[in-house]
Amino acid sequence: MATPTIPIPDHVEGAFDETQPPKFRGTYLEKVHGWVVTVDHKKIGLMYISYALIFLLVAGAEALAIRVQLARPENTAISPLVYNRIFTMHGTTMVFLVGMPILFGFGNYLIPLMIGARDMAFPRLNAFSFWISAFAGILLYYSFIGGLGLSGTGTAPDVGWFAYAPLTEKPFSPGHTVDYWAVSLLANGIGSIGTAINIIATIFSMRCKGMTLFRMPLLPWVYLTMSGLVLVAIGPLTAAQVMLLVDRYLGGHFFDTQMGGSSILWAHFFWIFGHPEVYILVLPAFAFANEIIPVFSRKAIFGYPAMVAATVGIGFISLGVWAHHMFTIGMTSFGNAFFTLSTMLVSIPTGIKTFNWLATLWGGKIRFTTAMLFSVGFLFQWLIAGLTGIMLSVSAWDWQLHNSYFVVAHFHYVLVGGILFMIFAAIYYWFPKMTGRMLNERLGKWHFWLMLVGFHLTFDLMHVPGVLGMPRQIYTYQADRGWTVWNEFISLGGFIQGAAVLVLVYNMVHSYFRGAVAGPDPWDGWTLEWSTASPPPDYNFAVEPVVASRRPLWDLKHPEDPDSAVE
Amino acid sequence: MGTVPLQHLQDEAAWQLPSRGRVGMYALIVAETAVFTIFVVAYLYYLGRDQWGPTPKQVLELPIFNTVCLLSSSLFIWLAERAIEHDNVKRFSLWWGITFLLGAIFLAGTAREWYKLIVHDHLTVRTNLFGTTFYSLVGLHATHVIVGLFLLAVVLALALTGRIGQKHSERIQVLALYWHFVDAVWVVVFTVVYVVGR
Amino acid sequence: MRSSRRAAFWAFLLSANAVRAEPILSPTNIFAPVSTPAHEVHSLSLFVLTITGGIFFTLSALLIYALVRFRSRPGDTAEPPQIFGSTQIELAWTIIPVLLITMLFLGTARVIFAVEDAPKPKAALEVVAIGHQFWWEFRYPHYNVVTANELHVPVSSAQSYRPTFLKLTSADVMHSFWVPRLAGKTDLLPNRVNEMWFDPQVVGLYLGQCAQFCGPEHGKMLLRVYVDTPAAFDAWIRAQQTTHADAKGANAALSVPNPNPVAGFPVNTPPTLGGTNGDLANNSQAITAPAGQQVFEHQACINCHTVAGTVANGRYGPDLTHLMSRDTIAAGIAKNDHDHLLRWITDPNDLKPASLMPAMHLTDRQNEQITAYLLTLR
Repeated sequence: MATPTIPIPDHVEGAFDETQPPKFRGTYLEKVHGWVVTVDHKKIGLMYISYALIFLLVAGAEALAIRVQLARPENTAISPLVYNRIFTMHGTTMVFLVGMPILFGFGNYLIPLMIGARDMAFPRLNAFSFWISAFAGILLYYSFIGGLGLSGTGTAPDVGWFAYAPLTEKPFSPGHTVDYWAVSLLANGIGSIGTAINIIATIFSMRCKGMTLFRMPLLPWVYLTMSGLVLVAIGPLTAAQVMLLVDRYLGGHFFDTQMGGSSILWAHFFWIFGHPEVYILVLPAFAFANEIIPVFSRKAIFGYPAMVAATVGIGFISLGVWAHHMFTIGMTSFGNAFFTLSTMLVSIPTGIKTFNWLATLWGGKIRFTTAMLFSVGFLFQWLIAGLTGIMLSVSAWDWQLHNSYFVVAHFHYVLVGGILFMIFAAIYYWFPKMTGRMLNERLGKWHFWLMLVGFHLTFDLMHVPGVLGMPRQIYTYQADRGWTVWNEFISLGGFIQGAAVLVLVYNMVHSYFRGAVAGPDPWDGWTLEWSTASPPPDYNFAVEPVVASRRPLWDLKHPEDPDSAVE
Repeated sequence: MGTVPLQHLQDEAAWQLPSRGRVGMYALIVAETAVFTIFVVAYLYYLGRDQWGPTPKQVLELPIFNTVCLLSSSLFIWLAERAIEHDNVKRFSLWWGITFLLGAIFLAGTAREWYKLIVHDHLTVRTNLFGTTFYSLVGLHATHVIVGLFLLAVVLALALTGRIGQKHSERIQVLALYWHFVDAVWVVVFTVVYVVGR
Repeated sequence: MRSSRRAAFWAFLLSANAVRAEPILSPTNIFAPVSTPAHEVHSLSLFVLTITGGIFFTLSALLIYALVRFRSRPGDTAEPPQIFGSTQIELAWTIIPVLLITMLFLGTARVIFAVEDAPKPKAALEVVAIGHQFWWEFRYPHYNVVTANELHVPVSSAQSYRPTFLKLTSADVMHSFWVPRLAGKTDLLPNRVNEMWFDPQVVGLYLGQCAQFCGPEHGKMLLRVYVDTPAAFDAWIRAQQTTHADAKGANAALSVPNPNPVAGFPVNTPPTLGGTNGDLANNSQAITAPAGQQVFEHQACINCHTVAGTVANGRYGPDLTHLMSRDTIAAGIAKNDHDHLLRWITDPNDLKPASLMPAMHLTDRQNEQITAYLLTLR
């Protein structure tokens, strides 16, 4: 019987295909064509990530426009019509065109590498999903010039990212603003479901020999849960968009309150999607933390089975909490109490995860690379975001806090302080694998500290105007409300974050061409993606790996103390 | 030297993973179920809340024949799956063809029902909440039948031109899964619209 | 301009809150409750803050300790001992959060039921609040009073406990009623009636605004709640119950001359002091209330606005019967005085860029006349 082995680069002869493929020297057009028709999971993953980063810059610019307008009371820098479009586009873009694609991008890139597969289960579905999502993003932004054409005003959607009915119905939103929004999210949803199906099938059916479900790294586990959530959560969104379009184009009455339709039904349908969506976005951030924190603490993740259970538990509980977005809509006291309890329950598995990360750090030898710094920032900010989340789950208090800037601060703590920080960590951690070049650590530290200062300036202070009664989605406020000074500093912090992101952009461009060569395993990692070249060849692994534990590369590097002996 | 021996895998020989097609189809079915659930919830929520008629009681008739056709097609597609597993292409084409025919009859029945509702009962999407929810839910299901019929037709054409064999059995079963799902959804739609809602 | 506004704000704040000695940072601070629902939420929030604060300090101390204590030292390349987990520890940090959550939930449930299911006393004042794009309509069904944007309610004290129960609904899209110092917010939905209540214990003016995005001018849909002494409230109700049919009989309100002739008008504008009503009413050139009423009633104004006792009975816009009894116009964004009224009538978009009230494109004189008329609607 053949001895199960994994080839390890630099140690093993024949682990790499030594015959260099001829360097591709096609014309520019051929190169573009190569990317357009590719079905390779790594290229699609990179396209997802680049697409998301471009939209990150766009939506970030929109955020800064919002901050310019709100820096002063009764400011007239931006008219209300334009302001409403900008915050709607900012929210929609960040959730659907930045959050989802960048996380799908990393999943696409990493999952086959981590489970020792040569591609996703359905490569062509993968390409289809990406391109339809890309179409959705372009469609959404085409709305700026579409509809009314170049005649002046443009018709970007202006109904808020949760687009409550009946504001979205024809009588209140004539023209095509809402149609662009609905069709774009519909298309994007199809892409998301396609990718989720692909990830699930890949994880169940494409694992390399010896990779049982409980030997998978945590990242595929988390993506499995996240994809399951995508399947059950995007469906309701898709259905609700179809209903909205039936109303708008065929004269239906789903949300037409003048014909007996219900505005609450839309709220339910949207948040049945909307709350799991939060976990769809945050779970991959957990996944990155699960990979990065152990490697830079030089310790195995603490409590692997508990982490898996917590992840799946979060997935299930998150399906039963949606109405905590609707505590003020007039639910019965029993309904409010039920959703208070279910929402609080989420904090148990989430707490388990936080404690396990802490225990992973405990007794380790922590290396503060930029990726680790962002992960530490994430841990700290995630703690605060979780605690403000508990405050909001207290439905009676939420009657005050709901739709105020406290909520805005809370979910930006989750989305920026949690998810975006982990995305940055993931970029620093896996950029060497994806491009073969290290990102500059010095610029990385600049990026981190600027981001940290800007983030806390903006979002710590943002809780205060919320408590002082400032509602969200208002284009201006009265000077007599005592919100001015807070908003000035919030805006200042926003621009510092903007500068931090520009440092990252410069770092990425600079390092892509001039960065130090990374080699296959720059971080002394333990999962399979570090066993192949950087960037990996089209076929990922010259020899299909066989594994015997959760950390196959640890086993190889420490044959005297392999994980496979203790698991 | 060069390779590091790892612990022996007892289950190495038995390294079996589920078929990706099947896993993918199950995942798709989960997603579709979520979509249908929302439409069913909307239908039930608006049941009896119309400001004016026609109401389901006044205009809907039990589509018994249609239902029998669609549900029995599940049986025939199962026979077809069995046939191709045993490499009996002729029998496969026969059962597959019957499945297609039954699906087409169902669709024609739905078309007739809609014609009656629109022309004689003046019920359209615009009329009232019942119209909106009824056409959306039944229409969504009918759309799935149309997609299914198209896929069935493609396979039938391939089978009749002799391009289907035992090695496609797995894929045929994945497609059949979808058809079974469409039938199962009809059971729910039938119960909700024609039994509970009438 | 801005500094004068700011000064006005502080003066206003001091007067509005003269009863409260402590500074409150903002007139809409949720931590400065003056009514039972807001009090309940406030004390609950302090309880929650204590628990979450404890968690925060414990965990961040542990995190910082771990980061400092277990940082890698230069030159130390050996791997630390690998620890894979511990069931006991996992159980411990599952059980502790469960206990904390139980406490939080029970505390919350008590407040939910206390506030949401509070019985309605017989003496309670009932008000129907209707949300419109972008203003509030308040109807007092037992008094036959209709007003807009400025809600008057009586104070509740030990001697006379008179809470206000609001029935909330919407004429168009979703809105949300939020006056932070009185109570949490409740949404106003078309096709549905929600309820909320408050029993303010301190006389004064309480501010708030719409808290559910409702369209372009959501940001300028402000709310003012005046808490009056019982006597003042009764007086206000009586004043609101009069109509202009009554007033016309006495010919009193309409004979008030325009007190502010505006510079820049032709010198031959007839003097508006004295004279007989009949002459003035027929003189379409005069900047007088009767002339203004004529313009008002011959323009589309009356399609949207009501002035009880006259032909104006529109319901799309705010009821103007007692316009001048209100301190602000345009849902609380501007002072209700001659200058702002004139600006508003001339072009509402000037003050509120996406207001649904159209600019009527009248002449300057007509706008002045209408303003003169509106100034008489006390």
